[in-house]
Parts: sequence; C-alpha cells; structure tokens
Amino acid sequence: MAPTTLGALASKIRSKNAGPFWVTIDVFLPDDEAFTRAAAAPCLTADRIAGIYGANPSMVKIFRISELRTIKVSFPRSVPQGSTGDRDVHSAQQYIPLAAQPA
Amino acid sequence: MSDEVRNPVRVLVPVGMLGAGFPSDTVKRGIAMGADAIAVDGGSTDSGPYYLGAATPKTARAAVRRDLQAILAPAAEAGIPVIVGSCGTSGTDAGVDWVHEMVCEILHQDRIPGRTVARIYSELAPTALHDKLAAGDVRPLAPAGPLTREVLDGCAHVVGLMGHEPIAAALSAGANIVLAGRATDCALIAAVPLMRGKPFGPAWHAAKIAECGNLCTTGSGLGGVVVHVGDDGFVVEPVDETDRCTPFSVSAHMLYENADPFRLREPAGTLVATNAQYTALDERRVLVRGSEFEFAEDHTIKLEGSAPAGAQTVSIVGIREPEVLLRLDEWLDSLRAYLHNRIPEVLGIEPGDYDIDLRPYGANAVLGSADPDRTPPREVGVVFCATAADQPTATTIAKFANPYLLHHPLPGADSIPSWSFMSSPAEMERGTLFSFVLQHAVRVDDPLDLVRIVVEEVA
Repeated sequence: MAPTTLGALASKIRSKNAGPFWVTIDVFLPDDEAFTRAAAAPCLTADRIAGIYGANPSMVKIFRISELRTIKVSFPRSVPQGSTGDRDVHSAQQYIPLAAQPA
Repeated sequence: MSDEVRNPVRVLVPVGMLGAGFPSDTVKRGIAMGADAIAVDGGSTDSGPYYLGAATPKTARAAVRRDLQAILAPAAEAGIPVIVGSCGTSGTDAGVDWVHEMVCEILHQDRIPGRTVARIYSELAPTALHDKLAAGDVRPLAPAGPLTREVLDGCAHVVGLMGHEPIAAALSAGANIVLAGRATDCALIAAVPLMRGKPFGPAWHAAKIAECGNLCTTGSGLGGVVVHVGDDGFVVEPVDETDRCTPFSVSAHMLYENADPFRLREPAGTLVATNAQYTALDERRVLVRGSEFEFAEDHTIKLEGSAPAGAQTVSIVGIREPEVLLRLDEWLDSLRAYLHNRIPEVLGIEPGDYDIDLRPYGANAVLGSADPDRTPPREVGVVFCATAADQPTATTIAKFANPYLLHHPLPGADSIPSWSFMSSPAEMERGTLFSFVLQHAVRVDDPLDLVRIVVEEVA
C-alpha cells in the first residue's frame, strides 16, 4: 500500500474541547478498509499521542469504534482553555498534527 | 403523524445557543410537530474563562432578545413551557437576571398573558462550599488534583451545574418559563420528558443528541430539531423540511465535545450509549433504541470556577523580510532572551512576576512545536503578549519591549532593521485575564441543595 496519512484517509477529522481541561479529536473514516488501516496507524498509542501533544500518557484515551468507522482520541489539555498560555481556545485545530501522522 | 416510539413527549430545540438565531417559522413548525416543551441553551464554557470570571454574557443582547421574542409568544399560545439554561453564557446570578429582565420586557411589550417565570440561581459563594470541602465532599475530576481552600476562595465566580431536578421542581411549582443558571446542556431537554415519566436512558440520550440543535443533522438547514422521547426509545427529527438526520449524523453527535464516545456523566448518574442502535426511519428521521442510564450512588454537582489571572497588554508587529522568516525561531528566541534579560534589570520586575509570549501568527502560533509543517511563511504577525499582576505593569513591559519589537535584528546582522507595527499606539490593553481553576464535583444530599428557586407570575 502506498504511504498515506490519517488526514488523507479520513472523510472528516475534527478537534474540540471536551470541557475546559480536555481535548478530543474525532477521525471519521469513509469505509471499513480505511477504518482498518487507520485503526492500525502506529501513532495510535498513548505514548505516541502524548509525545505529539505534550500530554500525560497515562491520561490518553484512544477509542476505535468500528460500528461508526471512527477513531476518537482524548487527552488533557497542556494548559486550561483560555488561560494565559492557551493558543487555541476551542481546541479547534488540534487535529492538524494527528492528521499528518502516517497510516 | 405515526408514533415510532410509545407515548412520546416531544421537545423542540430551536437552536444550539440562544442568540445564534433561527428561521422565523421554526417555533411554529416545532409546535405543529407536537412540541410539549421548548428548551434552549443560553451558554457554555466553550468561549473560555472570561465570561464566568467577569460574569458577562458572550452573546449580544439584541440577538438574545430576538430569539426570546420569537419563542415566548408562540409558546404561550400553545400553552407549553420554555426552558432556558446557562443564562447569560456562564449561568451566574447576573446572567439569570440579564435574561429575566429581557423576558419580562417581552412579556409586557407583547402583552403575553398567563406566564409564570422561575429563576433558578446556581451561583455559589466560595465560602458556601467550605463545609463540603472540609467534609471531603468535593472530589477532583481528571486531570485535576484535590481542591484547596485557597484555589476555591480565589475564584471570582463559581457555579454548579444543575441537573433536571431543579428545573422539574420549578415547573411543578407552576412555572411555565424557567430561566436556569448553570445547568448541564442536556438537563434542559431531559427535564420535561423525565417529569412525564419517560425512562432516563432515552431521555438523557435524546437530550445529548439535541443539545446543539442542528449539529446532529447533516446541516442542510437551520431551525433545530424535535426529539420524540418515548417509553422504548426516541426519535430525532429536524424541524426544517430540507434538513436531514441520518444514523451517522446522530450517532456522531454523541462524540461531540465528549471525551468518552459512549458515556456522559450527569448529576444523577451516567448516560451509557454503548448498546444504542440507530435506525433510519426515512430520509430525515432517526430512531434510537437501547440507551441506558446508570444511577450513581451519590448525586454530584460539577463545579466551574474562574479566577483572575493578572492583566495583559499586547502589541502586534508584522514581519515580511524573507531573511527573518527563514530564521524565524532564531529571531524570536534571541528577542525573547534579550527581553527576559533586560526586564528585571531595567524595570525591577522579578522573573516570576511577569510573563511574555511571542506568537508568530502565520508561522506556528496555533500549534507551536507540534506543527507538522515547517515551511517558511511569506509573512507573519508576531503577537507580543505581556502578562503581569496588573494592567499598568503589563503595559510598562509592553512599552519597554516596543523599541525591540520595532528594531530587533537577526543575530549576526550588521545594521539596525525596522519592523511593521500594526497600530499606534502599538500597545492594546486587554484588561483582566481569567483562568478556569475548578475541575471538581461536590456531593449533595438533595439535588436542590445548591440552587435557589424564585417563581413569580408576570402580570
């Protein structure tokens, strides 16, 4: 298979706050084949997600939901929403680094 | 209309947020679809800690008033209750009063009879929680640690997220307009179905799906949704004829703004959607069965608190010089180091008493070192943020930084360049900053313990 990224496989990828202290990223895949491939992406481990986002690996949650052909990744924000160091108040574009990961 | 679920109670959610607007025929159409209640959310933490900290609405008064006006008269005519939650964005007492004043004004101006208005206040003085804290009834929620009295007392405002119980109590006391302080998004929608005996699983799941109005549809129309909550499941149906719900659009909304795709904690327990089945009834409506609710041993109220976090002054300087843009990190690092070196020495402000941040918008201001794209930008706007205990100190730092933002050279350059300020004066005072500091829940003996309900007939 030609190399690709999670973002290229996905029909839609989005990120948002889940309350002021969590980020959640949803990766929607268009078919079962794309889902199977995305679900096996090497970045989908707690340690790798923690490394990409500077999160505590013990708090990272990864869900592979085959019936929805969706992958969900949640982790605590590096700083609380809207505090002095925050640069993305809604966590609106935190999906970009995940989308660039190989799948 | 045939009922795909038994003995349904129907709730119209015209829009995801009061003040965001909806088509003029939405309420009429929703009532024609059999709405037993209208529920609309007036707030969220979504826009950050300022609105709770300053007890100020995010929404424009004129826009909120317009939406209220579009709802109140048709609801009175149909004789159905209206429930507004998280009034004034953060659900502080001031937010409840802000919406209440508008509602009374509209009821008088539009001569709407027979309305009894409940205000449910859920703001808490930090001192009111001291006993609960001492008794060990305040628990941290991940990723927070245990709450200290210092952090609690430092909050400018604290609110507790009510469940459906105070709303149901207000309706039972005779109210047909309920203006709630901070409430869970779902509580407003679940309240009437639960009062009329619908089971917790479908009631809370329907509420979660409908809480953002059209976000659970394919988005081809505005005008919100109606949920039909029955004894054996629920149906979600868009109000606008051109809009559609699909099993995908509905099930995907369970993921939205929720860290866990299957479980959602409410004060009385947890909605569990693991075994839910989503079936298309036709091109527009989705039937959901199998929603469950796990009752918690303790009733818990989640707290939100926002504390002052100093004041900030910002300046924006534009960089178009390709040499700097090729070595942008180096330029920013040397400027940051220079300022950190000089601020304590020249201004006498200790290193722990201020913060400076250089955010290169156009390069990687949003994602920082996590940005996967390292392509040099064509132009950046460097936003310089100076944060200190008070505004004069923050502005002093920004004024001190001004000539360096204007002239800082690339390391090794042999002449003094100039860069492009966006404005004169360059410094913009942002006022007090706030930070969310509570991620905790408090155990209560009774769901009504932390709220105050005022019910008044509006003549």
